[in-house]
Amino acid sequence: MDITLQQTVFYVVAILMSVFSVMTVTTKSILRSATYLLFVLFGTAAIYFILGYTFLGAVQLMVYAGGIVVLYVFSILLTNSDKSINLKICRSKMVAVLATIILGAALVLFLIWTNGFALNVIPEGSEIALKEIGHALISSDKYGYVLPFEAVGVLLLACMIGGILIARKR
Amino acid sequence: MELHVVSYLVVSAIMLFAGIYGFFTRKNLLAVLISVELMLNATNINFAVFNRYLFPDVFEGHFFALFGIGIAAAETAVAIAIIINIYRNIRNIQTDNIDELKG
Repeated sequence: MDITLQQTVFYVVAILMSVFSVMTVTTKSILRSATYLLFVLFGTAAIYFILGYTFLGAVQLMVYAGGIVVLYVFSILLTNSDKSINLKICRSKMVAVLATIILGAALVLFLIWTNGFALNVIPEGSEIALKEIGHALISSDKYGYVLPFEAVGVLLLACMIGGILIARKR
Repeated sequence: MELHVVSYLVVSAIMLFAGIYGFFTRKNLLAVLISVELMLNATNINFAVFNRYLFPDVFEGHFFALFGIGIAAAETAVAIAIIINIYRNIRNIQTDNIDELKG
């Protein structure tokens, strides 16, 4: 049995992502939680790269790792919420949550394992040309995405104005 | 030897349920938002994986994940603005203490 480089990279990334995503929700310090979230987001970008969606991976790195995590860190420091994360929920609720998580995860993993995918492997990842992505984003043909593109543009503008309006000092 | 599609789905399922666990157990609003971010990323991975697995020639899942990332960024910005406004009004951001809607 030979293990290719792609598989090695994938398994390392997968184990790191699983460990860090569990640590993100269980750690005691919220700043540390944001750091583990950053590692999970890097892992997600690595999975996009392995799949061959390099543009999506680059967007993930720029938007999440470059923008959102920095926003999180700044707002954590602004609201000095580092010492108030330790509040525990009551025991009966904790039991309910754990039952939900374990049952749900068992159900989903069971469905995934026993599904019997017709073609077991992911087809070889080939990179999409950037020109093709750009043309698809602004074309109005059958596989064109100009309407969602414009809608997301308007949404981002509205969120920008709304964010400034909500967070400004009165 | 190629990668099995199940291995991708297992990773995203673990991420999704870690996010759900954090969403239920955390009391800090920013920690809740971090958990939501985990769940969104798990769904985005699934979109990309199923696009590559089922229809490698078209890019619907790719673009859906792309727009999902954009919308997640907008949602985070507005949520953090709201959280900072709450902090300015009541001086902490625990979910238990936010029980009145007066501005």
